[in-house]
Amino acid sequence: MIVPIIFLILGVVGFLFTGLPLKFLMDEMVIRLARNLVLVLSLIIPVITGMGLNFGIVLGAMAGQIALIIITNYSIGGGLGFLLSIIISTPIAILFGFLVGRVLNKAKGKEMITSMILGFFANGVYQLIFLVFAGSIIPIKNKSLLLSSGVGLKNTVDLAGITYSLDRLIPFGKYPIATLLVTLLLYLSVNYFLKTKLGQNMRAVGQDMHIAEVSGINVDKTRITAIIISTVLAAWGQIIFLQNIGTMNTYGSHEQVGLFAVASLLVGGATVDKASWKEALIGTFLFHFLFIVSPLAGQNLMNNAQIGEYFRVFVAYGVIGLALLLHAWEKDKSKTSLSDI
Amino acid sequence: MKDLMDKIGFPRFIITVFLIGLILLAVFLKIPLPGLITDILVRFGMNAILVLAMVPAVQSGIGLNFNLPLGIVFGLIGALVSIEFKLAGFKGLLVSILIAVPLAAIAGYFYGKMLNKIKGQEMTVGTYIGFSVVSLMCIFWLVAPFKSPELIWAYGGNGLRVTVSLESSIGHILNNLWHFNIGKVVVPTGLLLFFALCAFIVWVYNKSKKGLSMRVAGSNEKFALSNGIDVDRERIIGTIISTVLAAIGIIVYSQAFGFLQLYNAPLYAAMPAVASILIGGASLHKAKIVHVIIGTLLFQSLLVVALPVINIISEGSMSEVIRTIISNGIILYALTRTGGEEA
Repeated sequence: MIVPIIFLILGVVGFLFTGLPLKFLMDEMVIRLARNLVLVLSLIIPVITGMGLNFGIVLGAMAGQIALIIITNYSIGGGLGFLLSIIISTPIAILFGFLVGRVLNKAKGKEMITSMILGFFANGVYQLIFLVFAGSIIPIKNKSLLLSSGVGLKNTVDLAGITYSLDRLIPFGKYPIATLLVTLLLYLSVNYFLKTKLGQNMRAVGQDMHIAEVSGINVDKTRITAIIISTVLAAWGQIIFLQNIGTMNTYGSHEQVGLFAVASLLVGGATVDKASWKEALIGTFLFHFLFIVSPLAGQNLMNNAQIGEYFRVFVAYGVIGLALLLHAWEKDKSKTSLSDI
Repeated sequence: MKDLMDKIGFPRFIITVFLIGLILLAVFLKIPLPGLITDILVRFGMNAILVLAMVPAVQSGIGLNFNLPLGIVFGLIGALVSIEFKLAGFKGLLVSILIAVPLAAIAGYFYGKMLNKIKGQEMTVGTYIGFSVVSLMCIFWLVAPFKSPELIWAYGGNGLRVTVSLESSIGHILNNLWHFNIGKVVVPTGLLLFFALCAFIVWVYNKSKKGLSMRVAGSNEKFALSNGIDVDRERIIGTIISTVLAAIGIIVYSQAFGFLQLYNAPLYAAMPAVASILIGGASLHKAKIVHVIIGTLLFQSLLVVALPVINIISEGSMSEVIRTIISNGIILYALTRTGGEEA
């Protein structure tokens, strides 16, 4: 529990220096929790299955964005547009998840670095498709999506059609009630799922692949299923995230998804092989708390907002680095003590 | 055909075929070849030392050094200090290196000690330690007490510039040393010789008794232990050499590029270097200097030739896209090989 406490102290101290009213902070936190919680949720199942932190959720985010590009291309907005983007993104995410799972099965023990590089690789393919093929090979109906040359999508896609389509489905001021309800539902579903036969199999695989195999579990298939669920949740999470933001950075929105979601989960006290909804909730809260507070605190303390900006990026990377370091350290220690006997 | 492919390896085969295709296309599109060859030579010299930094890392058993940025930031500090004191030319270059090397060696020592506690997870942890170092240094660049007008923003603004021009200090100093023309091809002799010198030092160390114990420690820990080799110590030495080479590498890279790139620029610096040595035929457990030369030459030629060809046949920034796909694709390929045999 030491990690969340440190971040809580850091956040509270920072908050005192910002001079922000508490109500503003809390309102902002509710909005940020609503738009990030599903993305963080998507990481839990691979952790339980023993595949570590799935940086491959970047591919899920891409699936979500592809769906959003499609509905924008046909100018479908509102609740229908949102629902349609969820429906379109699901099969794409299942396919991506299947592919990621296949690759990760070939890199057992190196899943994290492999999923990270896979994210970078997929990003290259994504750019190839939307920067080079869109408009030239792939016909785009909505010309306002394209760059002035007629080839390649613009850097930002305006999602005005579906902005707040979920958040304000149940009108209650600026509070995203419907999003919070959907998030709650998804958290409960994942929790329930982990108690089913398949969920228990995943736990068994996570504890020891060899024993799981011997007791008749198809390890490879279970691992692929875990990644597919994770990728689909990430796709939905990214759509929820973007309907709140309102504009999509075509070539950037997905890149930070893995980083921020993983950092959030770890700030909540999760480790590479242990995570649950509690860590996801606490971590998302604390990480975004620090995210709001740090630039303002930097401004007031050092007279330089940029320091705070860089500080929060450092926190994101540093938290992941430290968590991976401590985890590898623990593992190494247990290894030595076993061989000593 | 199959034998040939087995012998040179699948990725190298694909990349060579692709490269030959691109060159033929370049000839067909009447792109002047001497210009391309000049660019290839320069880009090779620029990048080769950063790729060379992978060799001691792999040999000592810490695997591919994704924490290249650690050495790079100290190289940048060395160059910044030499500019701050208004040093230029070879004096500037020498002072940059002399400042960077001890700093990188100290950092490499502590990083190596850390890696000894996390055997088997070096690559994942290293990547994020590298990212953390780069983002921490972003804050340092903002608050660092440099005064030279070359380095800080001209009007207001905090901290160092995002890119620092080296035109009046060490820019192109190695490229222009003893350079000569063969026809229209310019050979950057100094740059290539400097790489040769670094490679020679690494090679001599490899052949020495110390280098042998490092390689044994890297390839078979148990065997090394039973022969009285201190594996942990050899791993630290490998990490130090790798970090120092990264620091020197970025200084050489920057002088050829003409600019120092600060802030987020070093974030992904390790990826092309890792990709290059893998393309050259190295694996997670085996790397030689010849892999550095082949890999850097192939990878950089591909990028150099692809750029004008692609600009003619299609619009947009496709060469960057191709670089991302190839470099990460090859790393992925190496990671998914069972037992980490040759990539």
